[in-house]
Amino acid sequence: MAEATLRVFRGDSNGGQTVDYRVPIAPGMVVLDALHHIQGHLAPDLAVRWNCKAGKCGSCSAEVNGRPRLTCKTRMDDLPQDQPITVLPMKSFPRIKDLVTDVSWNYRVNRKIPAFEPRPGTDWKISQLDVDRVQEFRKCIECFLCQDVCHVLREHDQKEKFGGPRFFVRIAGLEMHPLDGRNRNALLKDELGLGLCNITKCCTEVCPEEIRITDNAIIPLKERVVDEFYDPLTRMFRRIRGK
Amino acid sequence: MAGSPTLLPESRLGSTLRRDPWWIEILPVIIVMGGFSIYATLRAFEGAYYSWGPYLSPFYSPLIDPQHHWWPLSPALLILAGPLGFRATCYYYRKALYRAFLLDPPACAVGEPSRRKYSGETKFPLILQNVHRYFFYLAVLFICFLWYDAIRAFFFDGHFGIGVGTLVLTLNVCLLSLYTFSCHSLRHLAGGKLDCFSCATFGRSRFAAWRLSTFLNERHMLFAWCSLFSVGFADFYVRLVASGAIRDLRLL
Repeated sequence: MAEATLRVFRGDSNGGQTVDYRVPIAPGMVVLDALHHIQGHLAPDLAVRWNCKAGKCGSCSAEVNGRPRLTCKTRMDDLPQDQPITVLPMKSFPRIKDLVTDVSWNYRVNRKIPAFEPRPGTDWKISQLDVDRVQEFRKCIECFLCQDVCHVLREHDQKEKFGGPRFFVRIAGLEMHPLDGRNRNALLKDELGLGLCNITKCCTEVCPEEIRITDNAIIPLKERVVDEFYDPLTRMFRRIRGK
Repeated sequence: MAGSPTLLPESRLGSTLRRDPWWIEILPVIIVMGGFSIYATLRAFEGAYYSWGPYLSPFYSPLIDPQHHWWPLSPALLILAGPLGFRATCYYYRKALYRAFLLDPPACAVGEPSRRKYSGETKFPLILQNVHRYFFYLAVLFICFLWYDAIRAFFFDGHFGIGVGTLVLTLNVCLLSLYTFSCHSLRHLAGGKLDCFSCATFGRSRFAAWRLSTFLNERHMLFAWCSLFSVGFADFYVRLVASGAIRDLRLL
Protein backbone atom coordinates (compact mmCIF):
# COMPACT_ATOMS: atom_id res chain seq x y z
CA MET A 1 0.00 0.00 0.00
CA ALA A 2 1.28 3.47 -0.87
CA GLU A 3 2.41 5.64 1.96
CA ALA A 4 2.82 9.37 2.50
CA THR A 5 4.72 11.33 5.10
CA LEU A 6 2.80 13.86 7.12
CA ARG A 7 4.88 16.51 8.87
CA VAL A 8 2.61 17.58 11.70
CA PHE A 9 3.14 20.33 14.24
CA ARG A 10 3.39 19.03 17.79
CA GLY A 11 3.51 21.55 20.58
CA ASP A 12 1.59 24.25 22.36
CA SER A 13 1.69 27.98 23.06
CA ASN A 14 5.21 27.67 24.44
CA GLY A 15 6.60 26.26 21.20
CA GLY A 16 7.06 22.96 19.50
CA GLN A 17 8.30 21.30 16.38
CA THR A 18 7.06 19.32 13.45
CA VAL A 19 7.12 15.53 13.60
CA ASP A 20 7.07 13.18 10.61
CA TYR A 21 4.60 10.28 10.43
CA ARG A 22 4.27 7.64 7.73
CA VAL A 23 0.65 7.04 6.83
CA PRO A 24 -0.83 4.46 4.40
CA ILE A 25 -2.83 6.07 1.62
CA ALA A 26 -6.22 4.75 0.58
CA PRO A 27 -8.29 5.95 -2.40
CA GLY A 28 -10.38 9.04 -1.61
CA MET A 29 -8.51 9.72 1.61
CA VAL A 30 -8.42 13.28 2.93
CA VAL A 31 -5.85 14.88 5.20
CA LEU A 32 -8.18 14.55 8.18
CA ASP A 33 -8.28 10.78 7.58
CA ALA A 34 -4.49 10.73 7.69
CA LEU A 35 -4.53 12.71 10.95
CA HIS A 36 -7.04 10.23 12.36
CA HIS A 37 -4.72 7.40 11.34
CA ILE A 38 -1.89 9.09 13.23
CA GLN A 39 -4.16 9.55 16.24
CA GLY A 40 -5.35 5.96 16.11
CA HIS A 41 -2.04 4.22 15.45
CA LEU A 42 0.99 6.42 15.99
CA ALA A 43 0.32 9.31 18.35
CA PRO A 44 -2.85 8.96 20.44
CA ASP A 45 -2.19 12.31 22.12
CA LEU A 46 -2.30 14.29 18.85
CA ALA A 47 -4.81 17.11 19.30
CA VAL A 48 -7.04 17.74 16.27
CA ARG A 49 -10.33 19.62 16.31
CA TRP A 50 -12.95 18.11 14.03
CA ASN A 51 -16.61 17.27 13.99
CA CYS A 52 -18.52 16.49 10.81
CA LYS A 53 -15.82 15.47 8.29
CA ALA A 54 -18.16 16.77 5.65
CA GLY A 55 -17.00 20.37 5.18
CA LYS A 56 -19.90 21.85 7.08
CA CYS A 57 -18.87 22.28 10.72
CA GLY A 58 -15.79 24.41 10.03
CA SER A 59 -13.77 22.77 12.81
CA CYS A 60 -10.82 21.12 11.10
CA SER A 61 -9.12 24.23 9.71
CA ALA A 62 -5.34 24.01 9.44
CA GLU A 63 -2.53 24.91 7.06
CA VAL A 64 -1.72 22.13 4.63
CA ASN A 65 1.49 22.70 2.71
CA GLY A 66 1.30 26.33 3.73
CA ARG A 67 -2.25 26.93 2.56
CA PRO A 68 -5.16 27.49 4.96
CA ARG A 69 -7.66 24.70 4.26
CA LEU A 70 -10.22 22.42 5.77
CA THR A 71 -8.38 19.13 6.32
CA CYS A 72 -11.59 17.23 5.64
CA LYS A 73 -11.88 18.73 2.16
CA THR A 74 -8.24 18.33 1.17
CA ARG A 75 -7.69 15.08 -0.66
CA MET A 76 -4.37 13.36 -0.19
CA ASP A 77 -4.16 12.52 -3.89
CA ASP A 78 -4.29 16.24 -4.71
CA LEU A 79 -1.06 16.80 -2.78
CA PRO A 80 2.43 15.96 -4.06
CA GLN A 81 3.56 12.78 -2.34
CA ASP A 82 7.28 13.08 -3.11
CA GLN A 83 7.83 15.39 -0.14
CA PRO A 84 6.38 15.40 3.37
CA ILE A 85 2.96 17.05 3.60
CA THR A 86 3.13 19.73 6.26
CA VAL A 87 0.11 20.19 8.51
CA LEU A 88 0.34 23.20 10.79
CA PRO A 89 -2.17 24.96 13.01
CA MET A 90 -3.71 28.24 11.84
CA LYS A 91 -1.04 30.88 12.16
CA SER A 92 -3.26 33.82 13.10
CA PHE A 93 -4.55 32.34 16.35
CA PRO A 94 -2.80 31.30 19.55
CA ARG A 95 -1.92 27.64 19.67
CA ILE A 96 -3.48 25.51 22.39
CA LYS A 97 -2.08 22.10 21.50
CA ASP A 98 -0.81 20.60 18.25
CA LEU A 99 -3.33 21.56 15.55
CA VAL A 100 -5.87 23.10 17.90
CA THR A 101 -5.91 26.88 18.14
CA ASP A 102 -7.77 29.30 20.36
CA VAL A 103 -10.31 31.06 18.12
CA SER A 104 -12.23 32.72 20.96
CA TRP A 105 -11.13 36.18 19.78
CA ASN A 106 -13.58 35.74 16.90
CA TYR A 107 -16.48 35.33 19.29
CA ARG A 108 -15.48 38.50 21.11
CA VAL A 109 -15.57 40.38 17.80
CA ASN A 110 -18.93 38.83 17.03
CA ARG A 111 -20.38 40.25 20.24
CA LYS A 112 -19.59 43.79 19.07
CA ILE A 113 -22.02 43.45 16.16
CA PRO A 114 -25.56 44.64 16.88
CA ALA A 115 -27.99 41.88 16.04
CA PHE A 116 -30.84 42.09 13.52
CA GLU A 117 -33.38 44.75 14.50
CA PRO A 118 -36.52 45.07 12.40
CA ARG A 119 -37.58 48.46 11.08
CA PRO A 120 -40.50 49.99 12.95
CA GLY A 121 -43.79 48.74 11.53
CA THR A 122 -42.13 45.95 9.55
CA ASP A 123 -44.32 43.97 7.22
CA TRP A 124 -42.90 40.47 7.70
CA LYS A 125 -42.99 39.55 4.06
CA ILE A 126 -39.77 39.29 2.12
CA SER A 127 -39.51 39.26 -1.64
CA GLN A 128 -37.08 36.70 -3.07
CA LEU A 129 -35.29 39.37 -5.06
CA ASP A 130 -34.40 41.10 -1.80
CA VAL A 131 -32.86 38.06 -0.14
CA ASP A 132 -31.01 36.46 -3.02
CA ARG A 133 -27.79 38.27 -2.29
CA VAL A 134 -27.83 37.87 1.51
CA GLN A 135 -28.41 34.13 1.27
CA GLU A 136 -24.85 33.75 0.02
CA PHE A 137 -23.56 35.09 3.34
CA ARG A 138 -25.57 32.52 5.29
CA LYS A 139 -23.41 29.77 3.82
CA CYS A 140 -20.52 30.75 6.12
CA ILE A 141 -19.49 27.81 8.33
CA GLU A 142 -17.20 29.86 10.57
CA CYS A 143 -14.09 27.86 9.78
CA PHE A 144 -12.12 31.11 10.21
CA LEU A 145 -9.83 30.29 7.30
CA CYS A 146 -10.52 33.77 5.97
CA GLN A 147 -9.46 35.24 9.29
CA ASP A 148 -6.35 33.07 9.27
CA VAL A 149 -5.22 34.08 5.79
CA CYS A 150 -6.09 37.77 6.07
CA HIS A 151 -2.74 39.54 6.24
CA VAL A 152 -4.13 42.28 8.50
CA LEU A 153 -4.47 39.63 11.19
CA ARG A 154 -1.82 37.16 10.07
CA GLU A 155 1.07 39.50 9.39
CA HIS A 156 0.10 42.71 11.14
CA ASP A 157 -1.74 41.24 14.13
CA GLN A 158 -4.30 44.07 14.24
CA LYS A 159 -6.81 42.14 16.32
CA GLU A 160 -7.59 45.16 18.46
CA LYS A 161 -8.57 47.35 15.51
CA PHE A 162 -9.89 44.93 12.90
CA GLY A 163 -12.86 42.62 12.69
CA GLY A 164 -11.77 40.46 9.79
CA PRO A 165 -13.54 39.08 6.71
CA ARG A 166 -15.76 36.63 8.58
CA PHE A 167 -17.45 39.47 10.42
CA PHE A 168 -17.67 41.71 7.39
CA VAL A 169 -19.63 38.86 5.82
CA ARG A 170 -21.90 38.72 8.85
CA ILE A 171 -22.44 42.48 8.81
CA ALA A 172 -23.07 42.46 5.06
CA GLY A 173 -25.82 39.91 5.68
CA LEU A 174 -27.39 42.20 8.25
CA GLU A 175 -26.86 45.50 6.44
CA MET A 176 -28.33 44.20 3.18
CA HIS A 177 -31.22 42.49 4.94
CA PRO A 178 -34.43 44.04 3.60
CA LEU A 179 -36.08 44.21 7.04
CA ASP A 180 -33.16 45.31 9.19
CA GLY A 181 -33.30 48.87 10.43
CA ARG A 182 -29.91 49.34 12.06
CA ASN A 183 -26.94 51.18 10.63
CA ARG A 184 -23.55 49.60 11.33
CA ASN A 185 -21.41 51.84 9.12
CA ALA A 186 -19.79 53.71 12.01
CA LEU A 187 -18.99 50.40 13.71
CA LEU A 188 -17.43 49.15 10.48
CA LYS A 189 -15.32 52.24 10.02
CA ASP A 190 -14.22 52.90 13.57
CA GLU A 191 -14.32 49.74 15.64
CA LEU A 192 -13.95 46.98 13.08
CA GLY A 193 -11.42 48.80 10.90
CA LEU A 194 -12.89 48.13 7.48
CA GLY A 195 -10.39 50.63 6.05
CA LEU A 196 -7.52 48.36 7.11
CA CYS A 197 -8.66 45.83 4.53
CA ASN A 198 -6.77 46.47 1.30
CA ILE A 199 -8.95 44.03 -0.64
CA THR A 200 -6.22 41.62 -1.70
CA LYS A 201 -8.84 38.87 -1.86
CA CYS A 202 -7.05 36.10 0.03
CA CYS A 203 -10.20 35.59 2.10
CA THR A 204 -12.14 34.86 -1.07
CA GLU A 205 -9.46 32.48 -2.31
CA VAL A 206 -9.56 30.26 0.78
CA CYS A 207 -13.30 30.24 1.52
CA PRO A 208 -14.43 26.58 1.35
CA GLU A 209 -18.02 27.71 0.80
CA GLU A 210 -16.91 29.84 -2.16
CA ILE A 211 -18.49 32.97 -0.77
CA ARG A 212 -17.29 35.92 -2.83
CA ILE A 213 -16.28 37.69 0.35
CA THR A 214 -14.40 40.60 -1.18
CA ASP A 215 -16.68 41.42 -4.11
CA ASN A 216 -20.02 40.74 -2.50
CA ALA A 217 -19.46 41.68 1.14
CA ILE A 218 -16.38 43.81 1.77
CA ILE A 219 -16.45 46.10 -1.26
CA PRO A 220 -20.21 46.83 -0.97
CA LEU A 221 -19.63 47.64 2.71
CA LYS A 222 -16.72 49.89 1.80
CA GLU A 223 -18.99 51.70 -0.64
CA ARG A 224 -21.61 52.15 2.09
CA VAL A 225 -18.96 53.61 4.39
CA VAL A 226 -17.89 55.93 1.56
CA ASP A 227 -21.54 57.03 1.19
CA GLU A 228 -21.69 57.98 4.83
CA PHE A 229 -18.23 59.31 5.59
CA TYR A 230 -16.20 60.15 2.49
CA ASP A 231 -18.52 61.23 -0.32
CA PRO A 232 -19.42 64.90 0.11
CA LEU A 233 -22.13 64.80 -2.57
CA THR A 234 -23.96 61.85 -1.02
CA ARG A 235 -23.72 63.46 2.40
CA MET A 236 -25.10 66.71 1.00
CA PHE A 237 -28.03 64.94 -0.70
CA ARG A 238 -28.76 63.02 2.47
CA ARG A 239 -28.80 66.25 4.46
CA ILE A 240 -31.12 67.90 1.94
CA ARG A 241 -33.47 64.91 2.10
CA GLY A 242 -33.30 65.02 5.90
CA LYS A 243 -31.91 61.48 6.26
CA MET B 1 7.67 8.55 13.55
CA ALA B 2 10.70 10.81 13.56
CA GLY B 3 11.38 14.21 15.08
CA SER B 4 12.25 17.02 12.70
CA PRO B 5 13.93 20.29 13.57
CA THR B 6 11.49 22.34 11.43
CA LEU B 7 9.70 24.97 13.48
CA LEU B 8 6.89 27.26 12.38
CA PRO B 9 8.23 29.70 9.77
CA GLU B 10 8.96 33.19 11.02
CA SER B 11 7.32 36.12 9.28
CA ARG B 12 9.65 37.77 6.83
CA LEU B 13 9.36 38.68 3.16
CA GLY B 14 8.56 35.57 1.17
CA SER B 15 8.43 33.17 4.12
CA THR B 16 5.88 30.46 3.48
CA LEU B 17 5.39 26.73 3.46
CA ARG B 18 3.51 26.93 0.20
CA ARG B 19 4.99 24.61 -2.39
CA ASP B 20 3.55 26.27 -5.46
CA PRO B 21 5.38 29.09 -7.26
CA TRP B 22 3.29 31.85 -5.66
CA TRP B 23 5.42 34.57 -7.24
CA ILE B 24 4.06 33.59 -10.67
CA GLU B 25 0.85 35.44 -9.78
CA ILE B 26 2.60 38.78 -9.32
CA LEU B 27 5.27 38.49 -11.99
CA PRO B 28 2.95 39.26 -14.97
CA VAL B 29 1.47 42.19 -13.04
CA ILE B 30 4.92 43.64 -12.39
CA ILE B 31 5.99 43.16 -16.01
CA VAL B 32 2.78 44.34 -17.70
CA MET B 33 1.92 47.19 -15.34
CA GLY B 34 5.54 48.29 -15.13
CA GLY B 35 5.92 48.16 -18.90
CA PHE B 36 2.64 49.94 -19.50
CA SER B 37 3.54 52.67 -17.01
CA ILE B 38 6.89 53.32 -18.70
CA TYR B 39 5.32 53.32 -22.18
CA ALA B 40 2.42 55.55 -21.15
CA THR B 41 4.75 58.02 -19.42
CA LEU B 42 7.01 58.25 -22.45
CA ARG B 43 4.04 58.69 -24.79
CA ALA B 44 2.39 61.24 -22.55
CA PHE B 45 5.50 63.40 -22.55
CA GLU B 46 6.24 62.86 -26.25
CA GLY B 47 3.50 65.23 -27.38
CA ALA B 48 3.74 64.09 -31.04
CA TYR B 49 2.40 61.41 -33.41
CA TYR B 50 -0.92 61.24 -31.61
CA SER B 51 -3.25 61.76 -34.55
CA TRP B 52 -3.49 60.79 -38.18
CA GLY B 53 -6.45 61.45 -40.45
CA PRO B 54 -9.57 60.66 -38.43
CA TYR B 55 -7.61 58.73 -35.80
CA LEU B 56 -6.76 60.16 -32.40
CA SER B 57 -4.75 58.28 -29.81
CA PRO B 58 -6.78 57.48 -26.67
CA PHE B 59 -3.88 58.85 -24.59
CA TYR B 60 -4.63 62.28 -26.05
CA SER B 61 -8.42 62.26 -26.05
CA PRO B 62 -10.01 64.73 -25.53
CA LEU B 63 -7.40 66.77 -27.36
CA ILE B 64 -6.89 70.05 -25.53
CA ASP B 65 -4.80 72.95 -26.83
CA PRO B 66 -2.78 71.03 -29.45
CA GLN B 67 -1.48 74.37 -30.80
CA HIS B 68 0.07 75.21 -27.42
CA HIS B 69 -1.72 78.56 -27.00
CA TRP B 70 -1.71 78.34 -23.23
CA TRP B 71 -0.33 74.89 -22.40
CA PRO B 72 3.30 74.50 -23.40
CA LEU B 73 3.68 70.81 -22.64
CA SER B 74 2.16 67.69 -24.14
CA PRO B 75 -1.68 67.81 -24.29
CA ALA B 76 -1.81 64.30 -22.81
CA LEU B 77 -0.55 65.64 -19.50
CA LEU B 78 -3.77 67.66 -19.16
CA ILE B 79 -6.02 64.63 -19.21
CA LEU B 80 -4.17 61.50 -18.20
CA ALA B 81 -4.83 62.01 -14.48
CA GLY B 82 -8.46 61.02 -15.11
CA PRO B 83 -7.94 57.52 -16.57
CA LEU B 84 -4.88 56.98 -14.40
CA GLY B 85 -6.85 57.84 -11.24
CA PHE B 86 -9.66 55.53 -12.28
CA ARG B 87 -7.29 52.61 -12.70
CA ALA B 88 -5.20 53.40 -9.62
CA THR B 89 -8.25 53.49 -7.35
CA CYS B 90 -10.04 50.58 -9.08
CA TYR B 91 -10.88 47.79 -6.65
CA TYR B 92 -9.36 45.16 -8.91
CA TYR B 93 -6.13 47.03 -9.58
CA ARG B 94 -5.78 47.80 -5.90
CA LYS B 95 -5.51 44.08 -5.25
CA ALA B 96 -3.04 43.63 -8.08
CA LEU B 97 -0.91 46.64 -7.17
CA TYR B 98 -0.84 46.01 -3.44
CA ARG B 99 0.28 42.47 -4.08
CA ALA B 100 2.76 43.10 -6.86
CA PHE B 101 4.33 46.42 -5.94
CA LEU B 102 3.76 46.92 -2.21
CA LEU B 103 4.05 43.17 -1.42
CA ASP B 104 1.29 43.75 1.08
CA PRO B 105 0.92 40.74 0.92
CA PRO B 106 2.90 39.37 -2.06
CA ALA B 107 0.53 36.36 -2.11
CA CYS B 108 -1.86 34.62 0.26
CA ALA B 109 -0.14 33.10 3.29
CA VAL B 110 3.24 34.48 2.23
CA GLY B 111 5.31 36.69 4.53
CA GLU B 112 5.56 40.43 3.97
CA PRO B 113 8.46 42.83 4.38
CA SER B 114 8.62 43.97 7.99
CA ARG B 115 7.05 47.36 8.53
CA ARG B 116 6.69 49.40 11.64
CA LYS B 117 3.02 50.13 11.26
CA TYR B 118 0.24 49.04 8.94
CA SER B 119 -2.63 51.42 8.31
CA GLY B 120 -4.26 49.89 5.22
CA GLU B 121 -6.48 52.45 3.52
CA THR B 122 -7.15 54.52 6.62
CA LYS B 123 -4.44 57.17 6.23
CA PHE B 124 -3.14 59.51 3.54
CA PRO B 125 -2.41 58.77 0.72
CA LEU B 126 -4.27 55.44 0.52
CA ILE B 127 -7.38 56.84 2.18
CA LEU B 128 -7.92 58.63 -1.15
CA GLN B 129 -8.87 55.25 -2.62
CA ASN B 130 -12.28 56.04 -1.19
CA VAL B 131 -12.90 58.59 -3.95
CA HIS B 132 -12.96 55.90 -6.63
CA ARG B 133 -16.55 56.79 -7.58
CA TYR B 134 -15.48 60.31 -8.55
CA PHE B 135 -12.90 58.86 -10.90
CA PHE B 136 -15.67 56.66 -12.24
CA TYR B 137 -17.72 59.78 -13.07
CA LEU B 138 -14.67 61.19 -14.86
CA ALA B 139 -14.13 57.89 -16.66
CA VAL B 140 -17.67 57.99 -18.04
CA LEU B 141 -16.90 61.44 -19.45
CA PHE B 142 -13.76 60.07 -21.08
CA ILE B 143 -15.72 57.16 -22.53
CA CYS B 144 -18.04 59.68 -24.23
CA PHE B 145 -15.06 61.38 -25.86
CA LEU B 146 -13.58 58.04 -26.91
CA TRP B 147 -16.84 56.93 -28.51
CA TYR B 148 -16.90 60.22 -30.39
CA ASP B 149 -13.33 59.51 -31.57
CA ALA B 150 -14.23 55.95 -32.57
CA ILE B 151 -17.23 57.14 -34.62
CA ARG B 152 -15.12 59.88 -36.17
CA ALA B 153 -12.62 57.19 -37.19
CA PHE B 154 -15.25 55.89 -39.65
CA PHE B 155 -15.09 59.08 -41.71
CA PHE B 156 -12.14 59.80 -43.98
CA ASP B 157 -12.29 63.30 -45.50
CA GLY B 158 -16.06 63.37 -44.94
CA HIS B 159 -16.66 59.95 -46.51
CA PHE B 160 -17.57 56.75 -44.70
CA GLY B 161 -14.77 54.25 -44.56
CA ILE B 162 -13.15 51.63 -42.43
CA GLY B 163 -9.45 51.26 -41.83
CA VAL B 164 -7.56 48.96 -39.51
CA GLY B 165 -7.25 51.95 -37.19
CA THR B 166 -11.05 52.30 -37.15
CA LEU B 167 -11.35 48.74 -35.91
CA VAL B 168 -8.57 49.21 -33.37
CA LEU B 169 -10.14 52.36 -31.92
CA THR B 170 -13.64 50.83 -31.91
CA LEU B 171 -12.50 47.65 -30.20
CA ASN B 172 -10.58 49.75 -27.71
CA VAL B 173 -13.58 51.87 -26.74
CA CYS B 174 -15.76 48.78 -26.44
CA LEU B 175 -13.30 47.18 -24.02
CA LEU B 176 -12.84 50.43 -22.11
CA SER B 177 -16.63 50.76 -21.82
CA LEU B 178 -16.91 47.22 -20.48
CA TYR B 179 -14.17 47.93 -17.97
CA THR B 180 -15.75 51.21 -16.89
CA PHE B 181 -19.30 49.89 -16.60
CA SER B 182 -18.24 46.80 -14.69
CA CYS B 183 -16.91 49.03 -11.91
CA HIS B 184 -17.71 48.08 -8.31
CA SER B 185 -18.76 51.66 -7.52
CA LEU B 186 -21.30 51.62 -10.34
CA ARG B 187 -22.65 48.31 -9.04
CA HIS B 188 -23.20 50.02 -5.70
CA LEU B 189 -24.73 53.16 -7.19
CA ALA B 190 -26.94 51.20 -9.57
CA GLY B 191 -28.69 49.36 -6.78
CA GLY B 192 -26.23 47.69 -4.45
CA LYS B 193 -26.71 50.43 -1.91
CA LEU B 194 -30.37 49.50 -1.47
CA ASP B 195 -31.39 47.12 1.30
CA CYS B 196 -34.79 46.45 -0.16
CA PHE B 197 -35.29 46.50 -3.91
CA SER B 198 -38.98 45.76 -3.72
CA CYS B 199 -39.64 48.72 -1.40
CA ALA B 200 -37.54 51.36 -3.21
CA THR B 201 -38.68 53.80 -5.87
CA PHE B 202 -37.93 52.23 -9.25
CA GLY B 203 -36.84 49.17 -7.23
CA ARG B 204 -37.44 46.64 -10.01
CA SER B 205 -35.48 48.71 -12.53
CA ARG B 206 -32.67 49.20 -10.07
CA PHE B 207 -32.64 45.48 -9.32
CA ALA B 208 -32.31 44.83 -13.04
CA ALA B 209 -29.53 47.44 -13.27
CA TRP B 210 -27.78 45.89 -10.27
CA ARG B 211 -28.07 42.41 -11.79
CA LEU B 212 -26.59 43.64 -15.06
CA SER B 213 -23.76 45.47 -13.32
CA THR B 214 -23.13 42.37 -11.21
CA PHE B 215 -22.87 40.27 -14.37
CA LEU B 216 -20.30 42.70 -15.77
CA ASN B 217 -18.58 43.14 -12.41
CA GLU B 218 -17.86 39.41 -12.19
CA ARG B 219 -15.65 39.91 -15.26
CA HIS B 220 -14.09 43.17 -14.10
CA MET B 221 -10.57 41.73 -13.91
CA LEU B 222 -10.80 40.39 -17.45
CA PHE B 223 -12.02 43.73 -18.78
CA ALA B 224 -9.34 45.56 -16.78
CA TRP B 225 -6.54 43.62 -18.47
CA CYS B 226 -8.08 43.53 -21.94
CA SER B 227 -8.72 47.27 -21.90
CA LEU B 228 -5.21 47.98 -20.63
CA PHE B 229 -3.76 46.08 -23.58
CA SER B 230 -6.21 47.61 -26.04
CA VAL B 231 -5.62 51.20 -24.97
CA GLY B 232 -1.85 50.69 -25.16
CA PHE B 233 -2.12 49.02 -28.54
CA ALA B 234 -4.50 51.68 -29.90
CA ASP B 235 -2.04 54.41 -29.00
CA PHE B 236 0.86 52.40 -30.42
CA TYR B 237 -1.01 51.82 -33.68
CA VAL B 238 -1.85 55.52 -34.08
CA ARG B 239 1.76 56.38 -33.33
CA LEU B 240 3.03 53.96 -35.98
CA VAL B 241 0.65 55.37 -38.58
CA ALA B 242 1.21 58.99 -37.60
CA SER B 243 4.99 58.65 -37.63
CA GLY B 244 4.90 56.97 -41.04
CA ALA B 245 6.34 53.70 -39.77
CA ILE B 246 3.40 51.83 -41.29
CA ARG B 247 0.50 52.69 -43.57
CA ASP B 248 -3.06 52.30 -42.36
CA LEU B 249 -4.79 49.60 -44.37
CA ARG B 250 -8.17 50.75 -45.72
CA LEU B 251 -10.70 47.94 -45.63
CA LEU B 252 -13.61 49.88 -47.03
